[in-house]
Amino acid sequence: MKKRTIIPIGPYHPLQEEAEFFQLYVEGEKVVDMDVRISYNHRGIEGISETMHFDQVTFLVERICGICSASHPLAYIQAVEDLAGVEVPERALYLRTIINELERIHSHVLWAGLAGHFIGYNTVWMWAWRYREPVLDLLEEISGSRINYANAKIGGCRRDIPNELMPHIQKVMDELIPPMDMITKAVLDDPVIHARLKGVGVLTKEDALRYCVTGPTARASGVPIDVRRDDPYAAYDRVEWKVITRNEGDVFAKAVVRLLEIFESIKIIKECAEKIPDGPIEAEVREIPPGEAVGHVEAPRGETFHYVRSDGGNRPVRHKVRSPSYVNVPSFRASCIGQSISDVSITLASVDPCYSCTERIAVVDSDTGERVYTARDLIKLSQDKTKRLMEERGRQTNE
Amino acid sequence: MSWKIWALKKSPWVFHVNTGACNNCDIELLELLTPRFDVERFGIKLVGTPRHADALVVTGGVTRQAAPRLQEIYRQTPKPCVVFAIGSCACSKGIFKKGYHMIGPVDKVIKEVDPEAIVMYIPGCPPKPEAMILGVVKALAAL
Amino acid sequence: MDDVIEKIKEFLSDDLLELKEISRRQTYITVSEERHFDFCKYLFEELGGRFATATGMDTGDGFEVLYHFCFDSMNRVITVRVKTKGRDSELNSLAPFLPAAEWIEREVHDLLGINFKGHPGLERLILDDSWPEGEYPLRKEKR
Repeated sequence: MKKRTIIPIGPYHPLQEEAEFFQLYVEGEKVVDMDVRISYNHRGIEGISETMHFDQVTFLVERICGICSASHPLAYIQAVEDLAGVEVPERALYLRTIINELERIHSHVLWAGLAGHFIGYNTVWMWAWRYREPVLDLLEEISGSRINYANAKIGGCRRDIPNELMPHIQKVMDELIPPMDMITKAVLDDPVIHARLKGVGVLTKEDALRYCVTGPTARASGVPIDVRRDDPYAAYDRVEWKVITRNEGDVFAKAVVRLLEIFESIKIIKECAEKIPDGPIEAEVREIPPGEAVGHVEAPRGETFHYVRSDGGNRPVRHKVRSPSYVNVPSFRASCIGQSISDVSITLASVDPCYSCTERIAVVDSDTGERVYTARDLIKLSQDKTKRLMEERGRQTNE
Repeated sequence: MSWKIWALKKSPWVFHVNTGACNNCDIELLELLTPRFDVERFGIKLVGTPRHADALVVTGGVTRQAAPRLQEIYRQTPKPCVVFAIGSCACSKGIFKKGYHMIGPVDKVIKEVDPEAIVMYIPGCPPKPEAMILGVVKALAAL
Repeated sequence: MDDVIEKIKEFLSDDLLELKEISRRQTYITVSEERHFDFCKYLFEELGGRFATATGMDTGDGFEVLYHFCFDSMNRVITVRVKTKGRDSELNSLAPFLPAAEWIEREVHDLLGINFKGHPGLERLILDDSWPEGEYPLRKEKR
């Protein structure tokens, strides 16, 4: 019988409320099974939420995940607005759209950079993050903070974007297109990236449906779901854009979906900035009646799902949060098994869970308990594979 | 000033520990390495193991599951070392104060292991990268 | 959408305890403990619903579990509500045909102590290793 090795990955995985600890079971280089343990980042948000006012909860859910800090509040707010039957003013809908799409751009660019890092293209990492800065600056200008925007509130928005800033938003978006073009081309036209990512970590359509994955992970596997289109919220039904899908289901397809979505987001923001109507930005909300409601929003990683129940008081009696990675991460079982370990870090990264989990990988031999590989070695394995492929193609590596 | 402190202040290498943060502080921390801020110019570098580190950068209020791991990581770090508590959660548990799964702010958890530990606080939700740089500079000046 | 509701009514016939339509896109359907497994299986396999998540709740004299299914092409969220008769009763696990339900059932088991029959591995998921057995943070008496 082949010797089986256990590889623990983790424990930290801070991108969302759930942190994870993976154990890969490996025979030779092939992954045969995996286990996940989460709890490290469990802060008991659902418990805390029941001790706070409806308005305060908005700021709590903003801190579920730093990158989805516009999507979580919006999902929660939409659930409460549904419950209370609030009609949100038109201008507020456009403001929400702009902030949410800016968030999507910065998240996707961040992912592109980290994916580059994992396969040994640190240049892509540095460039992607450099071009992400103007987006963060813009967010700071219009919301006051680089990351926690605190923009939406029950009934509308807290802060208006003055009309004088709209040309500036257009300008920043226009300036973003050439660098994004460059990064997209660098990824899509590079034969080594093709060789490295195509056919790796395939999540078939059947598995995608079975695991009920959402967001770019589902769209790259040929499941055309997007809450923005299927259940239009904010101003998404008032602007022109399209849902990007791919059928291959591999890591490359996920990269393509994300990169092309950046351009759709730019288009949405530009159109919103042009069309935004004048008017009030908030509706009055007197009280939240008893009842229950769900709200869902397309975050950069997929659908965030909130369920709120009220008993007529000023606090929710139950507030359930489901972030996109909660359904995307278990799909690793389908996409990682049968892969070689050098492909695992990029496959794990392809659903955009987080980077630091992969930074803390250690390989332990189950028989001797000795440490065989360290955290860095696994990324190194991945980077070496890229280098080998480059050399096979007679190309110079840029190190 | 002992020679150990003198050596600590030259190009500190940092190890990043997330003990239940929402990831904002982590992203802003990584931001420091990328072209706009690029602290690697000053020899500040993220390392892959606490055994190589001069400083621990801790983000997030400490959850029950993470607390023993944080203490273990602190034990593995060569002394003297500086612990940076980055963000409101790490400094005071922040908005998650009432959570049933939170053990305490970073300083409390670290001081259970070593009452003499040097802890620096950089509050903010999240602190801007500039604030983090300022915090590090102030900390090094105070040593 | 209406034909889906018709199909559901036909499938459940007398076991449909309550059907509530709230706002333009939400439907809540209450079924008994005995039928919820069949019904969820029917929603997922025959009608093509996407399982979003499950919510567990303590009502004092029992538990309430809500299974949320999204029907994306019809812009509808159908929620299946099950009320257990007492604190000790068990529910059939959906995990055997629905891998997406594996984690959430483990989480509900952790936080509320509901047992799911037929779950492939009902181990601790979200609480830390040192959390005392038999304590459930989201139960009423804990608040």
